Amino acid sequence: MVDQVIAETGLEASKQQARQRRRAVGLALPLIAFVLASFVAPLGTLLVRSAYDPLVADALPETLTLLRAWDGTSALEEPVYATAARELLQAREERTLGQIATRVNRIKSGLRSVVTRSVRKLRNASGDSWRETMIGIDDAWGEPEVWLAIRSAGERFTLRHYINALDLMRQPDGSIARQPEERRIYLPLLWRTLAISLGISALCLVIGYPIAHLIAHAPPRRANLLLLLVLVPFWTSLLVRTTAWIVLLQTQGVINSLLVAIGLVADDGRIAMIYNMTGTFVAMTHVLLPFMVLPLYSVMRSIPPSHVRAAASLGATPFQAFWRVYWPQTLPGVGAGSLMVFILAIGYYITPALVGGSKGQLISNMIAYHMQTSLNWGLAAALAAILLVGIIALYVLYDRVVGIDRMRLG
Amino acid sequence: MLARWVYLAFCTAAFVFLVAPILVIVPLSFNAEPYFTFTEGMLRFDPEAYSLRWYRSIFEDGVWTRALVNSLVIGVSATLLATSLGTLAALGLANSAMPARRTVMGLLISPMITPVIIAAVGMFFFYSSLGLAQTHLGIILAHAVLGVPFVVITVTATLSGFDQNLMRAAASLGAGPLRSFWRVQLPLIAPGVASGGLFAFAASFDEVVVVLFMGGLEQRTIPRQMWAGIREQISPTILAVATFLIVFAVLVLFTVEWLRRRGGQAPSGGD
Repeated sequence: MVDQVIAETGLEASKQQARQRRRAVGLALPLIAFVLASFVAPLGTLLVRSAYDPLVADALPETLTLLRAWDGTSALEEPVYATAARELLQAREERTLGQIATRVNRIKSGLRSVVTRSVRKLRNASGDSWRETMIGIDDAWGEPEVWLAIRSAGERFTLRHYINALDLMRQPDGSIARQPEERRIYLPLLWRTLAISLGISALCLVIGYPIAHLIAHAPPRRANLLLLLVLVPFWTSLLVRTTAWIVLLQTQGVINSLLVAIGLVADDGRIAMIYNMTGTFVAMTHVLLPFMVLPLYSVMRSIPPSHVRAAASLGATPFQAFWRVYWPQTLPGVGAGSLMVFILAIGYYITPALVGGSKGQLISNMIAYHMQTSLNWGLAAALAAILLVGIIALYVLYDRVVGIDRMRLG
Repeated sequence: MLARWVYLAFCTAAFVFLVAPILVIVPLSFNAEPYFTFTEGMLRFDPEAYSLRWYRSIFEDGVWTRALVNSLVIGVSATLLATSLGTLAALGLANSAMPARRTVMGLLISPMITPVIIAAVGMFFFYSSLGLAQTHLGIILAHAVLGVPFVVITVTATLSGFDQNLMRAAASLGAGPLRSFWRVQLPLIAPGVASGGLFAFAASFDEVVVVLFMGGLEQRTIPRQMWAGIREQISPTILAVATFLIVFAVLVLFTVEWLRRRGGQAPSGGD
C-alpha cells in the first residue's frame, strides 16, 4: 500500500518533470531553429564552398572522363581534343567559359588567355583533326600542362583551396610540399594576425588593469562617473571611433599639426602614424579596451579592500600585498578580458581595412580581398573555415576558463 | 607616495586615450573649412571659423536621409525579431528542466563570438542561393541573428534574479501560464528585455560588414554610407554624422543604465 503511494507520487513527479522539460524545450526551439537556419546553415554553406566546386566538372564531363584515364605524360589522342573542343565551345555558348578559364588559370597561371583565345578561334575552325587545329592555334595544347590543369580544375571535391590557404602546393607527382619561402602568403599573415592580437590583448591589459582598479575602489559617485568614460567609447559606433583615429593620426591630422605647431616636428617631416601597422594597433587597442576593463572591474569590485590591508598589517610591502594577495584574486577577470579581446581581435576587419594601409592588414582583410577583388571565393571560404576552427577552439577555451553562461555584456 | 602619483597619472592618460579621440570629432564637425584639423581661426575661437555647413550638407544630400531610413527599418525589424524569439528562449533556458542547457547557450551566443567577416561570407553564399542577397529581408534576418546573443544574455541574467515563487503564487490564484507570464513575469523582467533589445538595435545600427557583403545600393545604411565616406571622398560631412552618432550612443548608454536601475540585470560591468 505504502509502496504503491510512493510509486504513484514518483510517477506523478516524473510526469511533471517531463512536462516542464517539454515546455522549456518548446520555448527555446523557435530561436534554436532560427539560429540554425540563418546562421549555422550559412556557415555550413561556407564549409561546402571551401571544398566543393562543380563548375568545371559540370561543364566538361566527357573531357574529364577521358583525362582521368590518361597517365598524365603521354601524348593525347584525337578523341580527347574533339571532345574538349566540343564541350569548350558549348561552355562558351553558355557563358561559363570565362569562369572555367579563371579556374584553370588558378592551377597554372598564364592559361586563362590560352583557353579563351583558343576557343574564340576554334569557333571558325574546320578541319579533319581537332588535335592539329588546337595545337596550331596554340602550342600549349600539345603540352601535358594544360590538360593536367583542366583535370585538377575538374575535381568536384577538392582540397585545393586548403592547400593554397596553408601555403602548400601539389607537386607533379601528386605529393604535397610547402611553398618556397618567398611565395608563402597566408601562414605568415595568420601568424602576424595572432601576434598582433596577442600584442593588443597585452596592451589592453596593461592599460585596462589600473583603470579598472581605480574605478572598482573609488567612492560610488566617482566610480559611476569614471565608468561612463569607459562606457561612452564602448557604445560609440565603431566607424565613428575609427574616423576619430583617422582625424587624429593622419599626416595632416590633429596630432601631427600639434607637433608641428609646437616645433617638435618639421612641417615636411610629419610622422606616418596611420595607414600602417601603428594605425591598426592604436585604433584596435582603443576599440577593444572596454572589453578588458569591464570584466576586470566586475571582478575587482568583489574583492574586499580588507584583504590588502590585512596583508599590509602582517608586514607585506605594497608590492607583496598586491602580487601575493590582490593579483591572484583578479585572475578570473584577467582571463575573461584577455580571451575576449584576443578572440575579437583575431577576426577584426573594419578597423584594419580603414586605418591599416597595406602593412597593417589582418587575415580577415585577406578573406575580404578574395571575396571582392580576386573573386577566388573557394580560397576565401577555405581561409574563413581555418579562421573559424581557431575561433571555435578559443570559444571552447573561454567556456572552460570563464563559462559562457557567466558572460555579461560589457 | 610617488607610486600613487604615477598610478594616477597613468590612469588619467588612459582615460584621455579612451575619450579624447571621440571628443575631438565634435568641434571639428563645426569647421568652416573642409579640413580634418583645427584651423587657426578655430583655435582663436573666431566665430567665422565655425559653421554648420556640414550639418546642412547632411540634409541637402539625399543619401544620408535614405541611409537613415534604411538603418531604422532594418534595425527595428531585426530588433523585434531577435527580442521576441530571444526572450522566449531565455525563459526556456532559465528553466532548470531544460536539457543540454550549456550546449544550447553556446549555440545561441555563437553569433557574437564568430568574426562578422566569416558570418558575412557564409551568409552571402547562403542567402544568395535563396535569392535573399541584396534584399532588406536578407539583411534583417542576418542582423536579427547577430542581435540574438545580446538579448539571450541580458534576459537570462535578468531571469536569474526573478523569484519563481511569484509564478507559483499567480498559479495558485488561478492564473493560467500565459496569463501569469503577461501579468506577472513580463512586467517584472521588462527592463531586461528592453535593454537586450536596445543592445540588439545598437548592434544592427552599427553593423557594416554584412551590409557590405550582402547589401546593394538599395540597402545602404548609415554605417555603410560612413564606410563609403571614409574610403572614397573624405568630407567633413561624416564628422557631422559622427557627432550625431555620438549623441545617439550617449542616449543609449543612459537609457541602458536607467533600465538597469529599474531592475534589468543588464550589462555594463554587471555582476
